[in-house]
Amino acid sequence: MNRTVDVLVVGAGPAGLAAATRLAAAGAGRVEVLERERAAGGVPRHCARPGFGADALGGPLDGPAYARRAVRAALRAGATVRTGVSATGWAGPLTLDLTAPSGLERVRARAVVLATGARERPRSARLVPGSRPAGVLTSGELQRLTAPSRRWREPVGKRAVVVGGEPVARNAVRTLRAAGVEVVAVVAEGRVRRAAFGPVPVLVGTAVAELHGRGRLTGVTVQAGDGRTATLRCDTVVFTGDWIPDHELARAYGLPLVPGTRGPATDGAFRTAEPGVFAVGNLLHGGEPAPVAAAEGRAAADAVLALLDGRPWPTRGVPVETAGPLRWVTPGLLGPVSVPLLVRPERRLVRPLLTVGQDGVVLRRERLDGTLAPWRSVRLPPRWSSGVDLAGGPVVVGAEE
Amino acid sequence: MSVSRTGPLPVGSGAEYDVVVVGAGVVGSAIARTLARHPLRVALVDAANDVGDGTSKANTAILHTGFDATPGTLEARLVREGHRLLSAYARETGIPVEPVGALLVAWDEQQRAALPRLAEKAARNGHHATRMLTAAELRSREPHLGPGALAALEVPGEAVICPWTTTLAYATQAVRSGVDLHLDCRVEKVRPGDPYHRLVTRRGVLRARHLVNACGLHADAFDALVGREDFTVTPRRGQLLVFDKFARDLVRHILLPVPGPLGKGVLVAPTVYGNVMLGPTAEDLTDKTATGTTAEGLAGLREQGGRILPALLDEEVTAVYAGLRAATGQEDYRIAAHPALRYVTVGGIRSTGLTASLAIAEHVRGLLADCGLDPGPERPPARVRMPNLGEAFPRPYRDARLIARDPEFGEIVCHCERVTRGEIRAALASTIPPGGLDGLRRRTRARGGRCQGNHCGAEVRALFEEYGEGAR
Ligand SMILES: Cc1cc2nc3c(=O)[nH]c(=O)nc-3n(C[C@H](O)[C@H](O)[C@H](O)COP(=O)(O)OP(=O)(O)OC[C@H]3O[C@@H](n4cnc5c(N)ncnc54)[C@H](O)[C@@H]3O)c2cc1C
Ligand SMILES: Cc1cc2nc3c(=O)[nH]c(=O)nc-3n(C[C@H](O)[C@H](O)[C@H](O)COP(=O)(O)OP(=O)(O)OC[C@H]3O[C@@H](n4cnc5c(N)ncnc54)[C@H](O)[C@@H]3O)c2cc1C
Repeated sequence: MNRTVDVLVVGAGPAGLAAATRLAAAGAGRVEVLERERAAGGVPRHCARPGFGADALGGPLDGPAYARRAVRAALRAGATVRTGVSATGWAGPLTLDLTAPSGLERVRARAVVLATGARERPRSARLVPGSRPAGVLTSGELQRLTAPSRRWREPVGKRAVVVGGEPVARNAVRTLRAAGVEVVAVVAEGRVRRAAFGPVPVLVGTAVAELHGRGRLTGVTVQAGDGRTATLRCDTVVFTGDWIPDHELARAYGLPLVPGTRGPATDGAFRTAEPGVFAVGNLLHGGEPAPVAAAEGRAAADAVLALLDGRPWPTRGVPVETAGPLRWVTPGLLGPVSVPLLVRPERRLVRPLLTVGQDGVVLRRERLDGTLAPWRSVRLPPRWSSGVDLAGGPVVVGAEE
Repeated sequence: MSVSRTGPLPVGSGAEYDVVVVGAGVVGSAIARTLARHPLRVALVDAANDVGDGTSKANTAILHTGFDATPGTLEARLVREGHRLLSAYARETGIPVEPVGALLVAWDEQQRAALPRLAEKAARNGHHATRMLTAAELRSREPHLGPGALAALEVPGEAVICPWTTTLAYATQAVRSGVDLHLDCRVEKVRPGDPYHRLVTRRGVLRARHLVNACGLHADAFDALVGREDFTVTPRRGQLLVFDKFARDLVRHILLPVPGPLGKGVLVAPTVYGNVMLGPTAEDLTDKTATGTTAEGLAGLREQGGRILPALLDEEVTAVYAGLRAATGQEDYRIAAHPALRYVTVGGIRSTGLTASLAIAEHVRGLLADCGLDPGPERPPARVRMPNLGEAFPRPYRDARLIARDPEFGEIVCHCERVTRGEIRAALASTIPPGGLDGLRRRTRARGGRCQGNHCGAEVRALFEEYGEGAR
C-alpha cells in the first residue's frame, strides 16, 4: 500500500511524541507517528518509578504516567499515533517501508523525523570475555522483565552484580532490590558517588574481566586498576549505560554520523545531511533524560514547519568536534544561528576550562564552576556557538582542568 | 517418530533399535537422516537438551570446497563430496547458502610465493577453477582491504551457510521419517552384547543392535565406554567476533589467510545473516568445556582484523563466542568400523564437519553395512522446508502474502533481526521445538542481534513461556 503524509515521525518516545505534538498543533497537516512496540511512549513506558518530573499538581511522575501524558498530548493535538508498526528501510528519498500486522506499506512524507532512541551496549559489544551463560542483561532488558505489565514473571535471579556508574545503574540497583534480588556489588570503571547506591558496595576503578558459568551465570571476575582481581558469586549481571544510538534507519539512508556519539550529524535545528530528514532525542546522543529528548523534539518542529512552508534547506554547517577529555558534543554541525551545545565529559572534571576554537583561533574560553561528571551533560548556552566562520574549518570544543 | 526430553525411555520388546546414533551434532544428525531413508528403527540421542548444541553451533559457517585439504585423505574426499551434497540439499530444504567465493590474500612475499603451490594443491583436490589475482584486481574486488595486500588466489565455490539450520534440517527430517530423538539423555555406560548392546542413560536403558559414536569432542570418551582407546581428542579452541550488519558492505568474499609457518591466521567472512565474522583463533587446550573467550584472544583478533579490514574495527560487535575443534593429532578424520562390536566411531571431525556431514553420513552407512547391518530398500525421506534465516532470501517481515494470511508474520518482535511473532510461534510448535531461549535464537535469530535482547528479551521470554517448553 502506498500513501503520502505531511510528516512521518519514526519512534513514539518522548522526542518523537513532542515533535508530533508541536507539529500537529501548528497545523502541519497529517502528522503520523510510528511505533514498533505494542504501545507508544518509548523507554519511560518501562520505567515504573518516579524520576520523570512532576504532574500538574506537583506530584512525582513515573515513567508510564509520563509516557501516557505524552501520547495523550500528541493525540489531542491531532497527530496520528500508530503502534506495532516498524519502519524497516527506505524506498527512496523521504519514503519509508513499513511492516505491520495489517500488511506492508510504503509511505512518502514531505518531512521525516527520526526519533528512534538509543540502547545500552550489551556485554558482547563491550567485549567482555568468558562463557555465555543466561543471566546477562542490560538495564533496558531488566526494566522490561520486571515491568508490572509483564504477564508472566519468572524471578530475574537471586544475586546480581550491576556494571556502570550512571543514574541508570542506580535505577538498576533499585529495580533489582524491589524485585527481591540481592545486589552483591556495583562495578564502576570511573569514579562514582558511593552514597548514591545506599548499602550496596561500590567497586570504583574496577572493570568486569570475565563471566563464568555454563547454562546459568555463576560469577564474574572483576579487575581493579592496579590489576588485582576478585571473583564475585552471582547469577545475574546487569550492564548499564554505555549508550549507542539506534541509528539503523539513519545509517541505512547513508546519513553521516558524528564520531563521538555515533548519532546522525545534525545542525542546531536538527536537520540531517538529507533535505527533509530530521533527527531528535537519544538517537543523537544516547542517555539523556526524557525532558531533554522531548525538548529536542519540540525544538525541531520549527525547522520542520519552515521546510513545509517551502523555505530552502540551508547549506551544510561547519562540523563540531571535541578535543581533550570530552566524549562528545551535539549538534554535530553549526550554522548561522547560535544554538546551545550539549557536551559530555569523558571523565570527572573539576572546574574545567572550556574553549571553543576554529582554525587555531580561540572564539571563547570560560572556566566552569563546579564539577562535570561523565554521566551528565553540560548545556552551554547559545553564546558559546556564536562567531563561527561558516566558511572555516571544524569548530573544536576543548577542555582543560 | 518422537522427540523426548524427559521421562523414561521406551522399554520392553519392540523397543530395540537397529541403530542408535549417539551425538546429535551436525554429524550425528546427518547420519540419522541418512539411516532414516531405510526401514530401520533408529534413535538419535544427545546429552544436551537440543540438537546441535556442541561444536556444531559455534563454527565459522563456511561450506568449504576442500581445495586446501591434504590430497588423498578421507577428509579431502568427504569434504569435496559433502560440498556437493550439502549444496544440493540446501537448495531442496531452504538452508541459506551464499556462494560468495573465497580469496586467499597474500600480505607478504612469502605468502605470495605460496599461492601457486596452493593452486596446485587445489588442482590435486579436483578444484581447477582457482585463479591468481594481482594487487590491482584484488583491490577492485575488495576495496576496503587494508594496505599491503600483494595478491590473492581466488577460490570460487567457497560459500557461507547457516550451520544451525543445517543441523536442524537433518534432525527434523530424521524425526519426521521415523527416527526417535532423545535429548537430555547422556549415555553413561555401554554394556556390549549380542544381539543387543545396552546403553545406560539417566533416563533408562536403550537397546541397540548397532552403535554409532558421533560424540564430537567426547568421541574418545565414548570409545572408552565400549573398551576402545584408539585416539585422544584434544580440544582446539577457536574464538570469534561477529560484527554488526553495517559491516557487511565492507567485504564481498570470504577472505582466507594463507597458511604459513606462523599458523593458520584468521579469516574475515560474511555470514548469511548479514554480519561479518572475524576469527577463529587456534589454541590447544585440555578442558573440553572451555568454550569461553579470553581478553587476549579477542584483542588478538581485533589486531589481526584491523590489518585485514581496518574499517571493521569502527563497527559494533554483535556477538563473541568460541568453539572447540576435535583434534586428534592426526591430520585426517578418525572414522573406523569395528564389525565385531557392530560399532562405528566417527571421530576427529575437526574443522570441516559441517561441510562434510552428508558425505560422512553416506560413508558411515557403508561402514554399518560392513558391520552386518542390512539397511533394506531405500525410500524417499519425509519432505522438509526450513524457515529462512538468511538475509539474501525473502524474510517473512517483507512477505505481503504471508502477512495477509497470518498477521503475526507482520508483528516484529525482535527488531534488530526482524523476527516476527509468527516465526517464533512456528519454531516453538515445530517438529523439534527448542529446549531454551538459545535454541529459539538458533531457529529464528530472536535475541541474536545488535541489542542482544535489550528490546525484545522480555517479550521473547514471555512467548517462550506461553507457547514453548515453559508452557508444558
Ligand atoms: C533504564 C532507563 C532508565 C531511565 N530513567 C529515566 C528517568 O528516571 N528519568 C528520565 O527523565 N529519563 C530516564 N531515562 C531516559 C529516557 O528514557 C530517555 O531520555 C527517553 O526515553 C529518550 O526518548 P527518545 O524519544 O529519544 O527515545 P525512546 O524513548 O527510546 O523512544 C524511541 C522509540 O522509537 C521506537 N523505534 C525505534 N526504531 C523504530 C522503527 N524503526 N520503527 C518504529 N519505531 C521505532 C522505539 O520502539 C521507541 O519506542 C531512562 C532510560 C533508561 C534506558
Ligand atoms: C572454531 C571452529 C570453526 C569451524 N569452522 C567450520 C567451517 O567453517 N566449516 C565446516 O565445515 N566446519 C567447521 N568447523 C567444524 C565443525 O563445526 C565440526 O566439525 C562439527 O560441528 C562437528 O560436529 P559433530 O556432530 O561431530 O560434533 P558436535 O556438534 O560437538 O556434536 C557432538 C554431540 O555429542 C553429544 N555427546 C557427547 N558425548 C555424549 C554422550 N556420552 N551421550 C550423549 N551425547 C553425547 C554432545 O552433547 C554433542 O551434542 C569448525 C569448528 C570450530 C570449532
